[in-house]
Amino acid sequence: MENLWLIIGKADNVPIVMMIPLFAYYSWLAFKQATANDRLIADGKYSELQEEGKDRIFTWPLLTRNEFLCAILIMVILTVWSVALDAPLEQPANPAKTPNPSKAPWYFLGLQEMLVYFDPWLAGVVFPTLIIVGLMAIPYIDKNPKGNGYYTWQQRKFAISTFVFGFFALWLMMTFVGTFLRGPGWNFFMPWDRWDPHKVVAMTNVDLHQFFGIRSSLAAFFFGGFVVTAYFSLGALFYYWKRNAEFFKKMGPVRCGILIFLFLSMISLPIKMILRWTFNVKYIWVTPWFNI
Amino acid sequence: MPAFFDKMKNSLLKTQVWKSMFRHGYEDSPRNRYLQVLDNVWLHLHPTRIPRHGAYIRFTWCMGGITFLLFLVTAVTGVLLMFYYRPTAEYAYNDMKYLEFDVPFGMFLRNMHRWAAHGMVIAVWLHMFRVFLTGSYKPPREFNWVVGVILLTTTLLLSFTGYLLPWDQLSIWAVTVGTNMARAAPLLGHEGPFGPELGMKPDNDMRFVLLGGTQVGPPTLLRFYVLHCVFFPLFLAIFIGVHFWRVRKDGGISGPL
Ligand code: HEM
Repeated sequence: MENLWLIIGKADNVPIVMMIPLFAYYSWLAFKQATANDRLIADGKYSELQEEGKDRIFTWPLLTRNEFLCAILIMVILTVWSVALDAPLEQPANPAKTPNPSKAPWYFLGLQEMLVYFDPWLAGVVFPTLIIVGLMAIPYIDKNPKGNGYYTWQQRKFAISTFVFGFFALWLMMTFVGTFLRGPGWNFFMPWDRWDPHKVVAMTNVDLHQFFGIRSSLAAFFFGGFVVTAYFSLGALFYYWKRNAEFFKKMGPVRCGILIFLFLSMISLPIKMILRWTFNVKYIWVTPWFNI
Repeated sequence: MPAFFDKMKNSLLKTQVWKSMFRHGYEDSPRNRYLQVLDNVWLHLHPTRIPRHGAYIRFTWCMGGITFLLFLVTAVTGVLLMFYYRPTAEYAYNDMKYLEFDVPFGMFLRNMHRWAAHGMVIAVWLHMFRVFLTGSYKPPREFNWVVGVILLTTTLLLSFTGYLLPWDQLSIWAVTVGTNMARAAPLLGHEGPFGPELGMKPDNDMRFVLLGGTQVGPPTLLRFYVLHCVFFPLFLAIFIGVHFWRVRKDGGISGPL
């Protein structure tokens, strides 16, 4: 346990500990309003919601007052926090002395944790780019006109569950694992384990083609390429199969293509995590230039 | 006594100087409520009237505002820190010690800057979460969501470049880990796919440009300092301006259509 307390006690990790109650509270707050709105809509009283939205009030003093109160509250919290807790300052920089583990700032630990499952060019470059581009693409992909400007769950089940899965189950979870459960050598330690810097983990990982008894690297190249292509083609097939469903029809082929590509890329992370835990799979596709 | 103060106040409000600054009276009339917002350079970002739910903290969580407030706090404390900090390998660490032990309220200043920055990362995530859950990125606000993603990315980069400046073990190794990714960038990194084929070497690839060397060293400190204190804050401020402008132009705070 002591290592966990050490990490939690680190001044820089206070924000990430704070995030747990904050996200729990705001999810609850949003869910409460979503259920209330959903009930209203189910009773055919959407117009009541609209009426309320049309009701105008004075900015001064009704909004400015709330902004002012928020600002005071935040400044009080920030002042207390800054009095109570000092920013960390360790030994002077020493390029010759690598700490073990070396960790990125907490908000990037999700990416660092991804390095366990993907090579740096994917985990550190391609996936961050896809996350940014994917986020930017959301408004152009989501063609559902409902749920614009109010909390709801019933009207946007797919959009909300996908976002919450990506944000909570992947991004925040990976960040927590990277922060709290990774010790020396980036090895996995349960909270109650002692951090043993000499822990040796047997390297039993195999590549997917070895699993199928493929030996020659040329065959492995084609096999891996086939698997990866097939994975993404499944998306195209799925689209072809479902193209007349209302959801897809409204979106058109370009949007569907982008959505399915982004979705499959996102899901490839948990797939690879599971493959690693269950079958020790390291790479799916091995080539002389890159590995996936 | 109160009569005396009233008299003072009334004569003050009638002076030419006062009237040149504040161009409206203070009786609680609808007209003055409008003017209070319109005539004030800080408040005029707001519309004079808003939908009722726009003032509910449970609707917006006030998160965009909190993000902005925390940005302002980091800007003010950051400028004060710049008076004491020199971005060279010889001085940087000592200046942190100097701030801690000699500068009046130096440690408090540093703490406030750091915690506001970390708070800003959390607040911007929560703000994005709120905007997503209320579906506020839907037309006509698509582009403001894109501007938001730019703000989110810049906030993270701003935080990351600042992380190096104390020049202690924590900072150089965190930045080493972070920037090591750049060597694996496809095409542009010397260990990335097709990088070597394009002639990328440790001393000419993307990571080299970022660090000003083959490892995190004094040139990196200077580079990150300039990015952290000049480039990213300006960039963020400009896009915050665009963001706020767009909130107004896209029809104000979103609500049920
Ligand atoms: C430095 C970062 C940011 C600042 C200072 C900021 C500030 C604000 C403020 C003050 C508002 C007014 C309503 C509110 O407070 O909720 C707002 C609205 C909005 N923000 Fe941000 N924001 C930031 C980042 C983002 C991000 C990361 C996104 C999304 C990815 C985003 C998307 C939006 C959208 C779409 C609106 C309109 C919401 C509506 O009309 O309900 N912003 N922002």
